[in-house]
Amino acid sequence: MGLKDKLEFPGQVHETPDGGFMITKLDDVINWARSNSMWPLAFGTSCCAIEMMHTVNAKYDWSRFGFEVMRATPRQADLIIVSGTIVMKMAPVLKRLYDQMPEPRYVIAMGACTISGGPFFYNTYSVVKGIDHIIPVDVFVPGCPPRPEALLHSMIALQEKIKNDAYFRKQVDKK
Amino acid sequence: MCEIHKLKMTNEELKNSFAQIFPAVTFDETGEFLTAFIPSEALLPVMKELRSKKELYFDYLFCLTCVDWKDHLMMVYFLNSKTHNHTIVVKAKITDTINPKIESVYDIWKTAELNEDEIFDLFGVNFLNHPNLRRIFLEDDWVGYPLRKNYVDEHMIEL
Repeated sequence: MGLKDKLEFPGQVHETPDGGFMITKLDDVINWARSNSMWPLAFGTSCCAIEMMHTVNAKYDWSRFGFEVMRATPRQADLIIVSGTIVMKMAPVLKRLYDQMPEPRYVIAMGACTISGGPFFYNTYSVVKGIDHIIPVDVFVPGCPPRPEALLHSMIALQEKIKNDAYFRKQVDKK
Repeated sequence: MCEIHKLKMTNEELKNSFAQIFPAVTFDETGEFLTAFIPSEALLPVMKELRSKKELYFDYLFCLTCVDWKDHLMMVYFLNSKTHNHTIVVKAKITDTINPKIESVYDIWKTAELNEDEIFDLFGVNFLNHPNLRRIFLEDDWVGYPLRKNYVDEHMIEL
């Protein structure tokens, strides 16, 4: 499946001489729209953040996949990429940022430190051994740090996850 | 520049000059810089002389740290003279590891304030006459000093 298929409208488009019409499911359209316009939070704690910045910039350019703008406030973001070591002192800050994000919200754990503490797993007094002790994680990206390709792969995997979600239906069921 | 270079002392000259200030000093020359060992009680007067003596004039404390040797703590002061461009390392041994204390050098080099805060935070050395001794990195209610060799806590997984 190429990039074109990923971005293509989910449904059937019927061409008619005066314009045409489409048949689709509401869930599919909503998921298509929101998976292709993720707004990540500008948040980075160490060297993985440098790699994340590379992914933002011209060479890798995650805008191509719909991760258009980085938001400087959690209230406008729906994705947090935890890039870098989280220490005990940072943990409450991360939790608070996550709590301030509006739902639906997603978390990518980038790099060894966020998965398990990584190189700081043993003999440390300060490092949180995996951010899943603090917040729920959708996608884990191993690497120290992961290459931009790996981060892009994880973000596309997250898009797949969103596309297979029935978020709208869940909201209707709640009511 | 030429004039400043002329004033730079060799290790031998530094040793002689140091011995005039404090005769009981011992030296080690195996490292990158000349290292002088002095007892911690003599620290403050010796440091004051190093800072003010015209031919030494160590006006820059560029690193201040501590080493835990289990049976004692070793304070390490890296001094440099911006005027003469020579460098010396001064080490002071603290034998009391239960309640370690040493004079603060804040009055001589203002930069020592934060360095000493850090050493107090991670090694638990008490600096006498320090203007504001506090936990600088860790939370105020943290128990213990993490960079001590005998430090343990329940989160730590030993390799």
